[in-house]
Amino acid sequence: MTEHLLNELTVFVLAVFVGFEVISKVPTTLHTPLMSATNAIHGIVLVGAILVAGAAYGTLGPVIGVFLVILASLNVFGGYTVTERMLQMFKPRPTPGDAKK
Amino acid sequence: MNAATALANPVDIAYLVTGICFIVGLRYLSHPRTARLGNRISAAGMLIAVVATLTQGIVAWSIVGGGILVGAAIGIYSARAVKMTAMPQMVALFNGAGGGAAALVATGEFLRLLVESPTRPPTLPIDESITIVLSAIIGSLSFSGSIIAFLKLQELMTGRPIVYRGQQFVNGLLAIVIVASAIAVILGTNIEMAFFLAFGGALLLGVLFVLPIGGADMPVVISLLNAFTGLAAAMTGFVLSNNVLIISGALVGASGTVLTLLMSKAMNRSITNVLFGAFGQVQAGAALSGANGKASGNVRAASVDDVAMMLAYAKEVIIVPGYGMAVAQAQHSVRELADQLEKHGVEVKYAIHPVAGRMPGHMNVLLAEANVPYPALYDMEDINPQFARADVALVIGANDVTNPAARNVPSSPIYGMPILDVDKAQNVVVLKRSMNTGFAGIDNPLYEDPKTVMLFGDAKKSVDELAGAVKGL
Repeated sequence: MTEHLLNELTVFVLAVFVGFEVISKVPTTLHTPLMSATNAIHGIVLVGAILVAGAAYGTLGPVIGVFLVILASLNVFGGYTVTERMLQMFKPRPTPGDAKK
Repeated sequence: MNAATALANPVDIAYLVTGICFIVGLRYLSHPRTARLGNRISAAGMLIAVVATLTQGIVAWSIVGGGILVGAAIGIYSARAVKMTAMPQMVALFNGAGGGAAALVATGEFLRLLVESPTRPPTLPIDESITIVLSAIIGSLSFSGSIIAFLKLQELMTGRPIVYRGQQFVNGLLAIVIVASAIAVILGTNIEMAFFLAFGGALLLGVLFVLPIGGADMPVVISLLNAFTGLAAAMTGFVLSNNVLIISGALVGASGTVLTLLMSKAMNRSITNVLFGAFGQVQAGAALSGANGKASGNVRAASVDDVAMMLAYAKEVIIVPGYGMAVAQAQHSVRELADQLEKHGVEVKYAIHPVAGRMPGHMNVLLAEANVPYPALYDMEDINPQFARADVALVIGANDVTNPAARNVPSSPIYGMPILDVDKAQNVVVLKRSMNTGFAGIDNPLYEDPKTVMLFGDAKKSVDELAGAVKGL
């Protein structure tokens, strides 16, 4: 194993632990938004998509390249939009003032 | 690595900021009050990473720009148009898109390394080949699995488990082919053919492994596929030596794993049982409902007015919504009924079982959409001690998660599954279409309990009538 791979593995393992720590604090009520938020986060593969499709290696070909970028950005934009839409529905108990409506 | 004194690349600093944004964003998701801010912080992080990446010597601007525009348009449109009941399949679809993208990124790098390889036949450095093969396999597995999950949830194909003889054997064989091909790529024998064999095999395995999984087990599968795509994204991070991909992928992988474990715990089944148990389970369920499927002798049916009276003069009512409520699109009617009851001074709470719905927390979103305030929604652990104090438990389209057999009949297939202690309430009202058994095909002794009354009919129609009757009291 190269030193480089070891460094990356270190980052990976630590991030997994951070993930477990942060996620276990999310209440059940928000599990669907959590899932769609993490769904949007793995859209970060768009970064990889841009690098691979944008560098004109010519190996993947323009058709697969476009398809790749479309898939990744579908994931990013769809994921964040749908999470936002869900989260704006979560409302606390109405205050006595607006209970009449 | 370069000399440690060399200045860091500004793009890498931007990626670090992105990683921080993702972690902080997820942290803010721990409360409904701060969750939207969290999502926006996370989106800002994504924007930073994408902009930073665009400065990295992009040549094929039309491909990148065009792809982003088209993907964004489709993504935003479908995210706005989707109904909340259809959220699980939407998430499955986005998940599949991410998995597919990860697999294609790996393929792109694979082909580039082949072309640039100094040796003939081409060889890959072992570090690269391992991670490339892993991200291609996990990504394509997640892609095709998510598509099947989408088709099942969207009811474009049957939601029932699809099983055939020798299913495990076929899947096992396919898994061996994939692993063997992966090893061939790593060892450098016939790498091109082996790579695409692994890729195609994983695509096929994704299809075959979701086919036998039934609709009610979807929360586990969706969570697991989410974890897979996270893992695939992390692997592409190794391939491209890109820390932000590694960090984000690891976060998502961890999140998906946590949710998968929570969901299978809520069903009292191991993950292996959910994934590979379909065959035996279907048989057991069928045999059981065949044996005592008609044992529905002592149920009491009630009229709408009886139930309305019971509810309106209660002090505390706990509503137990199940997937049947969502199927009947009754959540707005339920909210209307609750409003009417609150006008009568009744305290209304909602008891949410972890696997009510088709993905983790799905029921909470459906009720939030119907303007039910989130503090009125209670988790199983919080609400169970409260049933004894409740005057009425109103069960709407939920069955197996209220079945006391899970607590006291060791021979029951669902024995040991955590349930909502509906039978502890003073009175129980069950809204149900008919006496058919639930998904697991098991009789529910709750319905024959002397303090239970049944209100038969379509959930939405019954709830609407109840709301009307309560209003008139």
